[in-house]
Amino acid sequence: MSALPVREKLAILSDAAKYDASCASSGSAKKDSLTSGGIGSTEGMGICHSYAPDGRCISLLKILLTNFCIYDCSYCINRSSSNVRRARFSIDEVVTLTMDFYRRNYIEGLFLSSGVIRSPDETMGEMVEVARRLRLEEKFSGYIHLKTIPESSAELVEKAGLYADRLSINVELPTDEGVKRLAPEKKPETIRLSMAKLRQKMEEKAEPTLRTKKRERFAPGGQSTQMIVGADKTSDDGILHTSARLYGSYHLRRVYYSAFSPIPDSSSSLPLQKPPLMREHRLYQADWLMRFYGFSQPEILAGSSDGMLDLTIDPKLAWALRNRGRFPVDINRADREALLRVPGLGTKVVAKILETRRHRRMRLEDVGRICQSIAKLRPFIIAEGWSPGALTDKLGLRGKIVQPCEQLALF
Amino acid sequence: MRPAEFNLARYSVRLDSETDFAGWRDATRRLALNEVRPEDISWHVVSNSEQGQTDLPTVPAGTQLVVPRDFIARAETAFCHSDPGRFALLYRMLWRLRTEPKLLSIASDPDTRRLEAMEKAVRRDSHKMHAFVRFRKIGDGDEERYVAWFEPDHFIVERNADFFVRRFTGMRWTILTPHASADWDGKRLAIGPGAAKADAPPQDDTEALWRTYFENIFNPARLKVKAMQKEMPKKYWRNLPEASLIPDLIAGADKAAKEMIARMPTTPAPHHAKVQAKHWPKREPTQTPEDDDASSISGLREAAKGCRRCPLWRDATQTVFGEGPDKAKVIFVGEQPGDQEDLAGKPFVGPAGKVFDSILDDAGVDRQKVYVTNAVKHFKFEPRGKRRIHSKPNAGEVQACRWWIDREFALIKPELAVALGATAALSLLGKAIPVTKMRGQVIEREDGLRVFITIHPSFILRIHEPAEKEAERDRFLADMRQVKRLMAA
Repeated sequence: MSALPVREKLAILSDAAKYDASCASSGSAKKDSLTSGGIGSTEGMGICHSYAPDGRCISLLKILLTNFCIYDCSYCINRSSSNVRRARFSIDEVVTLTMDFYRRNYIEGLFLSSGVIRSPDETMGEMVEVARRLRLEEKFSGYIHLKTIPESSAELVEKAGLYADRLSINVELPTDEGVKRLAPEKKPETIRLSMAKLRQKMEEKAEPTLRTKKRERFAPGGQSTQMIVGADKTSDDGILHTSARLYGSYHLRRVYYSAFSPIPDSSSSLPLQKPPLMREHRLYQADWLMRFYGFSQPEILAGSSDGMLDLTIDPKLAWALRNRGRFPVDINRADREALLRVPGLGTKVVAKILETRRHRRMRLEDVGRICQSIAKLRPFIIAEGWSPGALTDKLGLRGKIVQPCEQLALF
Repeated sequence: MRPAEFNLARYSVRLDSETDFAGWRDATRRLALNEVRPEDISWHVVSNSEQGQTDLPTVPAGTQLVVPRDFIARAETAFCHSDPGRFALLYRMLWRLRTEPKLLSIASDPDTRRLEAMEKAVRRDSHKMHAFVRFRKIGDGDEERYVAWFEPDHFIVERNADFFVRRFTGMRWTILTPHASADWDGKRLAIGPGAAKADAPPQDDTEALWRTYFENIFNPARLKVKAMQKEMPKKYWRNLPEASLIPDLIAGADKAAKEMIARMPTTPAPHHAKVQAKHWPKREPTQTPEDDDASSISGLREAAKGCRRCPLWRDATQTVFGEGPDKAKVIFVGEQPGDQEDLAGKPFVGPAGKVFDSILDDAGVDRQKVYVTNAVKHFKFEPRGKRRIHSKPNAGEVQACRWWIDREFALIKPELAVALGATAALSLLGKAIPVTKMRGQVIEREDGLRVFITIHPSFILRIHEPAEKEAERDRFLADMRQVKRLMAA
């Protein structure tokens, strides 16, 4: 096995990592290599260095240390019962690959995950060692994201936080029952506790120490998680409830939704179909409503019959159509909160409206010039010289706004 | 007739290069202070050979051009745009700003919009440069250098060179573009003239590895070509080593995805049984705490970890069980764990717990000698963004959790219970009582347990007025002193 050339290992261990949705390299503390004379920088905003034909960005070298695994999670290609080809990188190989790729500007850094071999601590220990060597021996200041193994020891997690920009722990599935059924050896209780401990650690280290008044570095990019969508029967409302709980409880930076994708040699307990990509997209949109638009989780789907997001229209428009009593909103008078609820107005456009209207009253055309399209907007706003009249309450409004569009065809 | 209508500008300004912002600034200062109207100026970029500035008016003595602070920074960005009309636009905006100082805040104004569009294009081009520059290594050891060929849409090399210095300080590199080049020798940055693609190395051995990665990280079941092209337009492809793989990956995606699905599940790998036997010798039986008749507090605590008696476990992190000596004379009962308690798994460690501790200390009650627990053992909350808003447990939840409270009392057999707040009183007495009215009283239960009634320490935290807060703290301290007397009695 160790005789495999690096290129073959890379093929196996990047293939094994492609089902993980997280990719961001943003939100960490700024750092560069000017003082160390080494290589690498993070400037707050992540950079996507390439895009795969699946539309997902390639920002990090996303690989597994090994795809051998003692767990048998039925949604996972690397589960112990799978007949997939196995490989294992040495620490050296991962460090060299990362540096070689980074120097050519292919990547922002490394996202290292791993199957669990022998014991959680042993695997976690090797991942931490990769990060340590990159930071201390290679003087690498790029982005490092480590996938923490929930069962590993507190000391290892603390070390991981010292070297990594971001740590993550996957909740795997939206409900504990789902985890128990599809990942029988994983314990939802342990996953929660690990997230709780990470939050505590991050808050503790964020306090300036008495002696130096300086903050210690501990995973400045925060923690994130991923859950698989569509492998069990949880509704969108249930999924968003779990996300809201995770954001509130563990201060996650991101919850990633990964549409369950068929995997080769898949377990017979799972649906074999194209991943529900549109559903995944709508979940991300709903997630934005919670994080940036002031929506509380229960109201996103309040009044919907099945607790599922509408696949044909975005969740904000769907909400507005269900809550027409709150419209039209006056562009020249409404507060920020009300403007953010208007379909078609994003946070940046709302900021521009608030700034512009301090100096002049805005007409529909003015709004049209600063946002992408007013087709969606018109029924929901009042502007100088524009009132939607009865349009807001018109029965066929939905049909007028929604371009006939289909969900991506199942083949 | 006005000269502008014949396109006969009175002043012709010659800039040294496409990125000669200093030249534009100097000309602008001279022209604007001499009241030269925008339509009377034409702007040109000249090559070094034909250099020769048209006579521009001198700055009148004692005058100064006042410009909003952020205009210069924004103009500098837009200046890198490749649109030849940018020099005139920026002058016109500056001209207008003298009488319309809020111009930059009016997002719907055509000039402001055009400026914004230019800035955005330059920023996007810079971002794409940060992303899509691909270095190729030449030489080894001391001769090791990295060279890239890149074709930006705008004149952004000078603007972005520092980014690459910060990022690749410990490396010697050169970025070549048609307009300019940037070179870092490890110590100094040099901006030079443009180059040709042939000046850059044709390939690099690591590219094969990178292409392997690109091929394998792609999931054919998720083909989204439009999403890819939106962020990585085709114009960049010719200089990206991985891009030549894209057409074949797209063409083969459907087949690859179908194959993934069609491949029948196989029987588990041979090592699977061994792994299972070694690491998971016996699956833990599902916990049924009801059957677990623990005979000690630690056994009870263990059993409570899997409590599913009410739905609160679903959103909480963990069961927060009581803490203290199992022969304590007094048990303090609070309402429910809060945010911090939920994370730590211990009762009374958050802000209210700190208040509680300090008052117990003042009253001379040793927290190590008392048992502290909650009426409800899981945190009940509403998520609000990144915060959890405490939400009061209802009677059903209090009732469900009495199963644990009753067992705690049965094992510890305390002489006194202190009900901290209404929920605790409800739990201990089985009925709602007016806490503020009955505060300081001792109620004897049918089973003989004496229950002392007081408020929950979080009540003190919620008072903002300092004097009132202090008074409330004193009242609670008096209550705790009374508890101490009752303990001694």
